[in-house]
Amino acid sequence: MADSLNTDILNPVVNPVEAFLRSDRMPHIWCPGCGIGTTVNSFARALIESKIDLGSLALVSGIGCTGRVAGYVKLDSFHTTHGRAIPFATGLKLANPKLNVVVYSGDGDLSAIGGNHLIHAARRNIDLKVICVNNLIYAMTGGQTAPTTPDHSTTSTNPYGVFEPSFNLPHLVEAAGAVYVARWTTFHVRQLSRSISEAFQKKGFSFIEVISPCPTLYQRRNKLGDGLDAMKYYKEKSKVRHGAPTNEVGLTMTGEIIVGKFVDRDRPDYQTMMRTQYAESLGERFVEQAEMVCS
Amino acid sequence: MKADPRGVLTGTHFMDGDHACCEGALAAGSRFAAGYPITPSTEVVERFASRVPTVGGTFIQMEDELAASITLQGAVWAGAKAFTVTSGPGFSLMMEHIGYAAMTETPCVFVDVQRGGPSTGLPTLPAQADMMQARWGSHGDYEIIALCPNSPQECFDLTIKAFNLAEEFRVPVMFMMDECVGHMTEKVVIPPADQIEVVPRRHTHKSVDEYLPYATNGDMVPEMAHAGEGYNFHVTGLTHDEHGYPNMTLPTQDKLVRRLQNKILHAVDRIAMFEEEQLEGADVVVVSYGITSRVAQRAIEAARKQGLRVGKLRLITAWPFPEKKIRDLAANVKAFVVPELNLGQMVREVERTAAGQAKTFAVSHAGGGVHNPEDILKVIVEASRWRTA
Repeated sequence: MADSLNTDILNPVVNPVEAFLRSDRMPHIWCPGCGIGTTVNSFARALIESKIDLGSLALVSGIGCTGRVAGYVKLDSFHTTHGRAIPFATGLKLANPKLNVVVYSGDGDLSAIGGNHLIHAARRNIDLKVICVNNLIYAMTGGQTAPTTPDHSTTSTNPYGVFEPSFNLPHLVEAAGAVYVARWTTFHVRQLSRSISEAFQKKGFSFIEVISPCPTLYQRRNKLGDGLDAMKYYKEKSKVRHGAPTNEVGLTMTGEIIVGKFVDRDRPDYQTMMRTQYAESLGERFVEQAEMVCS
Repeated sequence: MKADPRGVLTGTHFMDGDHACCEGALAAGSRFAAGYPITPSTEVVERFASRVPTVGGTFIQMEDELAASITLQGAVWAGAKAFTVTSGPGFSLMMEHIGYAAMTETPCVFVDVQRGGPSTGLPTLPAQADMMQARWGSHGDYEIIALCPNSPQECFDLTIKAFNLAEEFRVPVMFMMDECVGHMTEKVVIPPADQIEVVPRRHTHKSVDEYLPYATNGDMVPEMAHAGEGYNFHVTGLTHDEHGYPNMTLPTQDKLVRRLQNKILHAVDRIAMFEEEQLEGADVVVVSYGITSRVAQRAIEAARKQGLRVGKLRLITAWPFPEKKIRDLAANVKAFVVPELNLGQMVREVERTAAGQAKTFAVSHAGGGVHNPEDILKVIVEASRWRTA
């Protein structure tokens, strides 16, 4: 019966996710109660479910706690500069359109220092799958205010409370042109996995926000308990509202968290538009890009 | 290997330096550019945007220079030869990614068509005031290669060289044009593709199991793999070991950073290119580069008419600085005269390397135009009268 145990996903002898990890790099640097590892688990399960060709998959991260994901996955993986995962990924995808390119980074990296690239990649509809782990704070650097930090919470750079409004990321990327927008929390591991699988079926700019606890800095400083308390909060206060208008899904410190698939639409991606335009304008003079491996 | 004829516009042309640079990139096999418009460099990518869909490739205009300078590196890791083009303010924004390319050993070319600075400065007018920035602009210790063309023909020839050096050493190469060279129109001869030597990527031939992304051979340059080939490699700007894994220990830092420097410094003689004239028996040597070398030529010839023994050393490679050449000359000449369109940049290297063996005279210029040859001549005359105490 040992064989059947090995293939049993519920009671595995070997965790099926292990095949996707660089086990020689364990243990990871994430704190107890941190949600990033949970998102990686959901991501790996989505890779299994969607039967994606791992050889064609490249993962790009920026800087920060979530930026370290690139170092732990057994894929062609790039840990780039702060905020620039999306433009790096854009270069990978455009030079080799056969690649499936995932951007895996945090809220500060993607929406503050990298905010300009986020909206322009969505506008261009570059075929990228962006997974944004939103822990509501700059965690790696010690708990400073992020563009996503909810009003009235306390951070190391707003010790008297945050008073600047925060970004509603699903609303932002929908307005900029993303074809697929979903939000889950780290409580919703299966739904998250399903959303990632769905995004792999889309051609174009897909954005999945994952609300994730930072017990060390955000939770503790705001007296919101530990990682388990965050799970209780996510469980009790999350409302699944597929198709919710994204202008209604903004986050507050202790209020409802609207989750679900908000946007699922189709429009031509950047490379399709580029080829169509060139073919139309240049006719027979247009030469399709060949494989670029210059060896 | 020889150039792919599809990208080579063989023939005799009348074109400016910016356009010649673009043709050089295409001849070198580049099929990817990411850019952001900035005077006086934009013509390079405008031409690339027009040409590349007819030879198979991609140009993307990014939202800023921060994006352009990293998008091209993504393209390189997908297999492309790639470059970006900018001028002073944009070059400043690209500095972090020059460091990233140096650290991750991403072969690529940064073209900087220099204009007057600091800040917005003189957008349409020349300068050579980014020379130290090209060398030192990103944080930390690293080496780059920088080339300085002085004609549209060289904008073509040396752009190919820039790509070749980038591939050979896996290093970002700075192509340091200036507004004059960029906008000057002259004859440019583009040879047939089979006469153009192109250096291929140092792609690994090792199996997936044997391959170590940052293990090096005798010349200290690791072999590359590309995304999508099954190697499952990791690239990071963090200090990393031979696996490419972050390893922030002192021995790893020491080994990595010294190798990044030494792979270039140990090859200075192979990389160094210069043009020399009448150095034998010279009292004074004029050291110049880029457009200033052409203005200096006139001053040198005028000085020779006065009977002065003046040699010429034109730096084609600015970085790594050809120290040996200057040191050898310093032992035999009275003085160096260094005219440049800045208030003293490469002259510091000349003076440092001469180490007191020969006197060094700067002929500075704040930029916005070129020197009056008379001003250079005056300093040549002064230098040739120099007597060591």
